[in-house]
Amino acid sequence: MTRRQDMSLGLLGAAAAFGVCEALSRAGIVRRGYLPPASEVLARAARLAGDPAFVDGIGVTLRAWALGLGLACAIAVPLGLLLGAVPVVEAAVRAVIEFLRPLPSVALIPLVSLLLGSGTRTEVTLIAYASLWPVLFNTVYGLAETDPLAKDTLRAFGFGRLAVLLRVELPATAPFIAAGVRISAAVALVLAVATEILSGFGQGLGVFIAQAQTDPDGTRDVLAGVVWAGGLGLVINGVLVGAERRLFAWARQPAPAVRTSRRSRS
Amino acid sequence: MLRLDSVSRHFGDQHVLDGISLTVPDGQLLSVVGPSGCGKSTLLRTIAGLLPGEEGTVTLDGTPVTGVPDRLAVVFQEYGRSLLPWLTVRDNVALPLRRQGLGRAARRAGAEAILERVGLHGVARRRPGELSGGMQQRVALARALVCRPALMLMDEPFGSLDAGTREDLEDLLLEVHRSDGTTIVFVTHDIDESVYVGDRVVVLSPGPGSRVVRDLPVGLPAERDQITTRSLPDFVALRTEVGRAVRGT
Repeated sequence: MTRRQDMSLGLLGAAAAFGVCEALSRAGIVRRGYLPPASEVLARAARLAGDPAFVDGIGVTLRAWALGLGLACAIAVPLGLLLGAVPVVEAAVRAVIEFLRPLPSVALIPLVSLLLGSGTRTEVTLIAYASLWPVLFNTVYGLAETDPLAKDTLRAFGFGRLAVLLRVELPATAPFIAAGVRISAAVALVLAVATEILSGFGQGLGVFIAQAQTDPDGTRDVLAGVVWAGGLGLVINGVLVGAERRLFAWARQPAPAVRTSRRSRS
Repeated sequence: MLRLDSVSRHFGDQHVLDGISLTVPDGQLLSVVGPSGCGKSTLLRTIAGLLPGEEGTVTLDGTPVTGVPDRLAVVFQEYGRSLLPWLTVRDNVALPLRRQGLGRAARRAGAEAILERVGLHGVARRRPGELSGGMQQRVALARALVCRPALMLMDEPFGSLDAGTREDLEDLLLEVHRSDGTTIVFVTHDIDESVYVGDRVVVLSPGPGSRVVRDLPVGLPAERDQITTRSLPDFVALRTEVGRAVRGT
């Protein structure tokens, strides 16, 4: 399927979802208070773009998102390299990691809020914690997938363990790390908005949603906020996919078919 | 001079090499031939110092090989896996020069000169994945030659190339060997190739526990040609003898 076909199908799907929501509400199948018509929600979402307070809030959310994700990468990539390169360390911390990993990060929000208060520090900490795992596991996995022949080649040219790690294993793992970052970017957005909703005051997209909840006619605003959250996720994902395509074109290039035809000599 | 003294290797219970002793004088191109799975690659990795803890000793110019020796270069059969796909052709070739502490400009100049020499023009800025198999193996050869190695190890380097490309690269190797006088250990399972490129052919027995079963000098003229050399009676006699030794008859 070409990219253009892909895109038009995507638009078609979005239009259908829009149509269904609009129809359900307009036909009175679902009460307007529960589900306002999609057109009204979108119009409200569009108007919010002109609201300086709301836009500032988006800025606050995105800042926490970027800080948390950046922090996660700064910890996860070196840690992943260490775990992947030194089996002893990996064996020592495996149990701890397997214990921490399945903990739902959202469930930690009250605990961390208790410890760090309900400000940016809590938000960034939780985002970093939740986005650590995909990057970490992809780094370890990518490292294990590095071609041993490429490593042997560099070793044979006299490069030491560290040089092989930096010149072969890290670049070979980079596409895996990038995929991990892309997964984490979505997780980070979830945590950013969720933390803000639960803390409920200050600034941010989640705060906007939390406060709209308390309005008698707030459903439309809540949904408009959700549309913004979804839109942000879509844009972030698109940017990251595009960056991966550009940076790692070499990783998708199929090796030219190796011809094995040989004259029989022996 | 490269010297192997009763080198044996096991992988677990598997006996791979059984007491290989060989002396390779400087500047010799030694072909090592044997059936598949006879431990040719293991032998090469042992010489390269990539497999630690071998029984027996490998010495290079009188020094025991305990790690990867200096001025060593390797060319593997799987060029697609041994070249780094994210680097350009030029940067792949320039990589070994980093070990010599050369600056960026000097490394690039060195890489470009050697690329010309192996007959690759105008591909310096391409990536390996954009080239044909034969061109990629030329890049791998250029990378091996760029630091003027004292010893070059080649593990079935032309094994996955088509016949015409293979002949071109055999001739390129011969030309490079003639002019640089590098000591080369050339592993192949192709009997004709072992005789055509070699100054000497060593035949390994089938595994497990490969030994040297034949050690034959190649008395062909240094100047070789795919058509003429292969039709010389000496060539035919030698390939027959090597063929018999490989098949154990």
